[in-house]
Amino acid sequence: MSNQYTIKKIDDYRWEIPKSGGMRVPGRLYTDEKMLNIVKKDNTPLQVKNVAHLPGIIKYSLAMPDMHWGYGFPIGGVAATDPDKDGVISPGGIGYDINCGVRLVRTNLEEKDVKPKLRQLLAALFTHIPCGVGSTSKLKLSISDVKQVLKEGARWAIKRGYGEDGDLERCEDYGVMKGANPEKVSQHAYKRGHDQLGTLGSGNHFLEIDLVEEVFDSQIANVFGLFQGQIVVIIHSGSRGLGYQICDDYLVLMRRAVEKYRISLPDRQLSCAPLNSPEGKDYFAAMAAAANFAWTNRQIITHWTREVFQKVLNLSPRDLGMGLVYDVCHNIGKFEEHLVNGKKKPVFVHRKGATRAFPAHHPHVPDIYREVGQPVLIPGDMGTNSYVMVGIERAMQETWGSTCHGAGRVLSRAAAKKAAKGRSPEKELEKKGILIMAKGKGTVAEEMPEAYKDVDQVVNIVQKAGLSKKVVKMKPLAVIKG
Amino acid sequence: MTKKIYEFIDHTADLGIRVKGENLPKLFSNAAYAMFDLLLEIDKVKPEETLKIKIAGGQMEDIFIDWLRELLLKFYSENLAFNEFNIQKLDQSGLEAEVKGEKVDPVKQNLKTELKAVTYHGLKIRKSGNLWEVQVIFDI
Repeated sequence: MSNQYTIKKIDDYRWEIPKSGGMRVPGRLYTDEKMLNIVKKDNTPLQVKNVAHLPGIIKYSLAMPDMHWGYGFPIGGVAATDPDKDGVISPGGIGYDINCGVRLVRTNLEEKDVKPKLRQLLAALFTHIPCGVGSTSKLKLSISDVKQVLKEGARWAIKRGYGEDGDLERCEDYGVMKGANPEKVSQHAYKRGHDQLGTLGSGNHFLEIDLVEEVFDSQIANVFGLFQGQIVVIIHSGSRGLGYQICDDYLVLMRRAVEKYRISLPDRQLSCAPLNSPEGKDYFAAMAAAANFAWTNRQIITHWTREVFQKVLNLSPRDLGMGLVYDVCHNIGKFEEHLVNGKKKPVFVHRKGATRAFPAHHPHVPDIYREVGQPVLIPGDMGTNSYVMVGIERAMQETWGSTCHGAGRVLSRAAAKKAAKGRSPEKELEKKGILIMAKGKGTVAEEMPEAYKDVDQVVNIVQKAGLSKKVVKMKPLAVIKG
Repeated sequence: MTKKIYEFIDHTADLGIRVKGENLPKLFSNAAYAMFDLLLEIDKVKPEETLKIKIAGGQMEDIFIDWLRELLLKFYSENLAFNEFNIQKLDQSGLEAEVKGEKVDPVKQNLKTELKAVTYHGLKIRKSGNLWEVQVIFDI
């Protein structure tokens, strides 16, 4: 299998890897020249090329502007497959952390309302929301409780008082993926994940208190319930050990499926099975179950966050106004209707480190946002800005309604640690006015801002390429990390 | 002191290591040792419990992945950590090993990194000079 590729410029923000060898479609990278030079230093373009080998892939193997080297798919990778043409489902195109995602919670508060108690708020969040390596839940759930979670998604939590009525319509897919089957989840996965519901996790997962620093579109910001100078909360977590184990279990099944269906692939991490095969259907049912676990997880964390704000600031829920703005998935696979050769048809979209970004009037955008489009949440990394964008029509035409999911790493974790040697990333953040509490000793160093691409640049490329539109920019005030 | 049997390799998003061993069984046991060294303070694990591990046959890379997967699963689902790995049989027909360790005590052994999974990405077992070598990337 050739490791060579050529990259052809389409315009300032679109680059193509022409079809060669076993590629079934060309690759397309959304980036600018400067970022492309960074991306070319690792294996990202090669991974885009590899994904183009998947049976049934339609149009392009795509990479969003925050693309970087992953395993199998690049992070920032998007690929749609055609169920009617032996199209496949690939667990590696969704990732181990199934339905890793982000939610944004608004408040009625301004900076002056939280500043005097910011340290206290951060400490209380750190105490009440389990985070870090090996963290376990405060909830004691039986296996049959967990099975209900896997079927019902975020609704399970709302029914038990962990949330508000309006939360569900503010989640992608209303917080539940249809087709989930808890019986397709292994005992190993239950064992590994049953005590992790309501935990943040470690690595790049975080909970952050932010300030809305700049509003780019006040009309849309208003519809989203956002305004300049406002305090908001960002929660980034996923399906924890349950999701990791489901992906791991099914990759073994896919290893065999690849032989059974005689699928030839350049990287074993891309192992897959036809969407219509028993293996493909079983994985989908288990993946949907993990997606529902993740939504419930973020819902419970949201509830505890609201409780902490009420207690520390001594304000009523009504005064706080901590409504959910939206919840997006950025590691997921979904059946969606898209235009293919001028006709609407169901396709299966893999988003590995990429966010759905549907435009105004799309039937899957909830009524409250139907006139303006779906909120797209782009978290920066620890210590840098985050953005809310909105879905627009061009992404539907070019990227299956997908956009970027964050800043994207440039330094490996080892290189980041090396760069942090002799420095105190915590103190550097505090100098910038950002408080941080982290469980792991090395986490802050690994996740320091230099390890990531500049999110402002990534978001500008997204906007210039016409994949989504900026609505507000947020800057962090306080962060908890695993 | 941690034995220097592996080194980190640069991978942008995740954690990659390169492991060496004088023969295949040694390579497999060194890789398992390295994995537990990433997970927790392995020097503080006592080899008190003995467990037999069996992995089905196949390509050497698959046996390797399944070996690490099995041990990682024991860690996450049964809360067991190991620091001695005695490979008794290893060929295309499968692997048999005896591993020693104990129940994890997060206070005593200080958990270090959460490894979501052992990935297949770019995994290749090869001989380099007198030594066997493998690169493996963990999703973290």
